[in-house]
Amino acid sequence: MEQSSAIRVDLQLIADMIDPGARVLDVGCGDGALLDYLVQFKQVDGRGIELSSDGVNACVSAGLSVIQGDADTDLFDYPDQAFDYVVLSQTLQAMRAPKMMLQQLLRIGNRAIVSMPNFAHWRLRWQLLTRGRMPSSGVLPHAWYDSPNIHLCSIRDFVVVCKDLGARIERGLFLDQTGTPRRLGSGLVLANLLGEQAVFLLCRDESAHRPSRVIG
Amino acid sequence: MISYTGLRLHGPGEAFALPGHRVILGTDRPLRLDSGAELRAFPLAYQAYGRLNAGRTNAVLVCHALTGDHFVAEPHPLTGKPGWWSDMVGAGRTIDTDRYFVICVNVLGGCMGSAGPSEVNPETGEIWGLSFPVVTIADMVRAQAMLLDHLGIERLFAVIGGSMGGMQVLEWASLYPKRLFAAVPIATAAHHSAQNIAFHEVGRQAVMADPDWQQGEYWRHGRKPVAGLAVARMAAHITYLSETKLHEKFGRKLQDRENIKYGFDADFQVESYLRHQGQSFVERFDANSYLFITRAMDYFDIAARHGGVLANAFRETTVRFCVLSFTSDWLYPTIESRRIVHALNAVAANVSYAEIVSNSGHDAFLLDEPDFRRVLAGFLNGAAQHCGLAPTSSAA
Repeated sequence: MEQSSAIRVDLQLIADMIDPGARVLDVGCGDGALLDYLVQFKQVDGRGIELSSDGVNACVSAGLSVIQGDADTDLFDYPDQAFDYVVLSQTLQAMRAPKMMLQQLLRIGNRAIVSMPNFAHWRLRWQLLTRGRMPSSGVLPHAWYDSPNIHLCSIRDFVVVCKDLGARIERGLFLDQTGTPRRLGSGLVLANLLGEQAVFLLCRDESAHRPSRVIG
Repeated sequence: MISYTGLRLHGPGEAFALPGHRVILGTDRPLRLDSGAELRAFPLAYQAYGRLNAGRTNAVLVCHALTGDHFVAEPHPLTGKPGWWSDMVGAGRTIDTDRYFVICVNVLGGCMGSAGPSEVNPETGEIWGLSFPVVTIADMVRAQAMLLDHLGIERLFAVIGGSMGGMQVLEWASLYPKRLFAAVPIATAAHHSAQNIAFHEVGRQAVMADPDWQQGEYWRHGRKPVAGLAVARMAAHITYLSETKLHEKFGRKLQDRENIKYGFDADFQVESYLRHQGQSFVERFDANSYLFITRAMDYFDIAARHGGVLANAFRETTVRFCVLSFTSDWLYPTIESRRIVHALNAVAANVSYAEIVSNSGHDAFLLDEPDFRRVLAGFLNGAAQHCGLAPTSSAA
């Protein structure tokens, strides 16, 4: 595997949220780019789950601990708080039951890191409005008929579901279309309009009875 | 009918003349078996390749399958055929003998030099036959552990095996988690299913129905139940292949003839192939050993020892696992490997699992499957790095 430290910008943002030496589960880890980075540069105890056998074979061949499996069903096996961080990068929208998935992430990880495409980005809104066809973009490149994405949502939708789940957003970042990361402000309007994708660091809100800040 | 004339059948005691190593264990302290019986001063035959490093940290135990033996990387002394993993184990190969010290042990109950029904019971001076105690997979593993003690190897870098070899790997991880760094169970299961037991019973009944079996005392009369054993092998061999593979290989093609003969000769190529498999098997394998080893597999059920919860067998394990299965294996289907993976996940163990796409059926682990070898090599290399085993020039 290459020793290069260059990884996709959203993966870099995720990596920056992870403490060195932590126990990390990467759900839908693909070819293992993030895991490999975390193992090499942050000395994490890293594991992964991946559906595609090509991805799994690449990961295991590179010495990463990855299992071939379906996150929709396989996360239930893990004990509570088995990991410091559970990562779900660009995968939530392809899950059969995204809300239950988030619950599982928060159960087996002390923290969950979720990155997702924002379906409310202004360009997508504009495409639907003007062309009347399902929008696509660099982050969402598929045609409607062959897309693995079955549960797309907006940044605002995500913030709302976190609140429903009693999850606290410790950090939130969105990437505009130039790939520049920006902090999610207290108002969601701009982020929801300008964010092509977003990265959230979540934890279980142990003080859910208190009115909590939604955005950190 | 199959003709067995001209077969060279090796007899009791001949194992002494085989190449490889043979040690007598259990002289100070006997091996206590799951059945309650004890084995004293029993032989184990093994073969070793590569060199043990100064720290004794690079030993890899390779566990063989039901009808395999310890001649993993060299020609079989009785048949002259290449070792069963000779293209897998060797210098610069997937299991690199420049880097690892590879040990393979003929299992307890086997017939290639380890204590088994065809060996002599030291207490009576007679061949054991059916009086040999019934052994289990765990017993085989305990005997292997005694061999490692004898060799002064406290901890293995890895234990690797397919099929019954994979069962031994799981037993190693369950019985001696502190004595191994990595475990690679391939095309296996944590318990023997009813279907598995059923096929084995067919094989055993074929052996025992052969009049030459003589209640297991065939050595007394100089005849062996070769026909029964060959049938057992033929039935088993079908379970090692996939329908796709059988179809690809034979279809309904006829053997050395233009038309069917309306008789019971081997009209079809597949019949001829199976007869050959059966016939060559009896040259190298003992019928009673077949009974004992299939029984050991039937009894195999790791979860049963742990309140029916497989995960409990691996609680707090520090072993790094790599579970591998093949898509077309219907004898130990991938669902069985997934069960193992789920149990390991339930204790948050460090586990890799790959389902290798192959149409070769259960036998895929013995064949040249590039994806399988790439994944296994990658896992071993990664594990060796974590374990601090320096790469050799050929493994780098």
